Amino acid sequence: MSLLGAGANGEPWWIALIKSAIVINLVLFGFAYLTLVERKVMGRMQLRYGPNRAGPYGLLQPIADLVKLIRKESFFPAAAIDGLYIAAPFLAAFTALTTFSVIPWGPGWEIAGYQVNGYVADLPIALLLIFAVGSIGIYGFIIGGWASDSKFALLGAMRTCAQLVSYEVSLALSVLGVVLMAGSLSLVDIVAAQEADVWYLIPQFVGFVIFILAGTAETSRAPFDLPEAEQELVAGYHTEYGGMRFGLYSMSEYINLITLSGLAVTLFLGGWHGPILPGPVWFLLKLAVLLFLFIWMRTTLPRLRYDQLMRFGWKVLLPVATVNAVITALLVVWI
Amino acid sequence: MQPFGTLKGFGVTFKHIFKKPITQQYPEFKRAVYPRFRGRHRLHTHANGLEKCVGCSLCAAACPSDCIRVVAAENTPENRVSAGERYARIYEINLSRCIFCGYCEIACPFDAITLGNEFELSEYSRDDLIYTKDMLLAEPIKRIPVQDADLYDTPIPAYKSDS
Repeated sequence: MSLLGAGANGEPWWIALIKSAIVINLVLFGFAYLTLVERKVMGRMQLRYGPNRAGPYGLLQPIADLVKLIRKESFFPAAAIDGLYIAAPFLAAFTALTTFSVIPWGPGWEIAGYQVNGYVADLPIALLLIFAVGSIGIYGFIIGGWASDSKFALLGAMRTCAQLVSYEVSLALSVLGVVLMAGSLSLVDIVAAQEADVWYLIPQFVGFVIFILAGTAETSRAPFDLPEAEQELVAGYHTEYGGMRFGLYSMSEYINLITLSGLAVTLFLGGWHGPILPGPVWFLLKLAVLLFLFIWMRTTLPRLRYDQLMRFGWKVLLPVATVNAVITALLVVWI
Repeated sequence: MQPFGTLKGFGVTFKHIFKKPITQQYPEFKRAVYPRFRGRHRLHTHANGLEKCVGCSLCAAACPSDCIRVVAAENTPENRVSAGERYARIYEINLSRCIFCGYCEIACPFDAITLGNEFELSEYSRDDLIYTKDMLLAEPIKRIPVQDADLYDTPIPAYKSDS
């Protein structure tokens, strides 16, 4: 095989490299403007304007935030464990960025004689990879909280750990129905199966609702934002972080949210398929709708108490997800 | 019912996107202060140009945050500054310490010092917040909108009678 020859699915490897660079930058851009959109939408819902000073309509606000974060002194507590303290945010951000690579966003094109696929990587175990890498990402939060050597950070990290582990079970079980119906763990295959059949939102509506709820908890967003409950914990596991290290944590949370929405689009909303408009546009539209849903949820619902959170996770979501998966399995076998 | 109540909440937040925000865009829109709002101090003069302040230091004595400094000097026939026997040679207010309580105003026997309506007092340097006698005597540069006194100086103020 020559160096410029065919890689996965007839695509030269260097095209995958270029694509991943583009996708990473697009995701980072999306993160930057998601923060702005969130603040704007939340502001309007609370009869405020949101940021509107930096540039027209506040459009330069993410850049101003970035400049501020980068220029801050990279302070860390004297008792912190240096290596781990510095590495933890990188781990969180890295895993967040990695998971987006398996999400398909287009049909694939033929550009200048080269095959260009509509995804960065198509793994037969893509879904498993997302959950596995996501679990490694939790280490970033726990290690960061522990290495800070601070009460608030440690308590925040403990909460994060307990919550994410609890809700990951429901999250994984909720997508089991989709996996059973599509008969594959590859996201590309799941999208193709939905195009041939029907959006899994309809047969797997329960799974979708559980996925969104557990996903909200998994990305620790309101009303499940206990890990960073300001009123009790100052800021949670990143209490002792400042500047761009905090920025990396914030980035990883928002990118996790984007990835999760992308995953929901892929699993339940037919991925990039849609009439008239090209694939990536449909993908972005569906992604935007889901992201708006998350922001909407954040403005509307107050935070749960910790026991309510645990009870909801283990006594409501988990049984419902299990029953949903079992019924889907039975139906798939019998019909 | 619990789930319907939650959904209703979603409806409320969604509806509010289309309403006009009630934010007052501060630097462009300045809300009028109340007529008796206590802002930065002013020193006053008589109609004939003589200062009302006689340098008695009662304001400095009354000041709870000790931010007023008065150094008095005798009036002479050649150099007559105030209407009394003495005048304030130095009159400084350190506005970075002032708590705008208005005790100086109450303590002053000649109504020479009053609290004005200016509240935009930010400076880049602390030194700039020490207001000297000339600055306090001068007309304020920035004008702050003040609400109509008639609305408030009535037995039942307008803001109470409305509700």
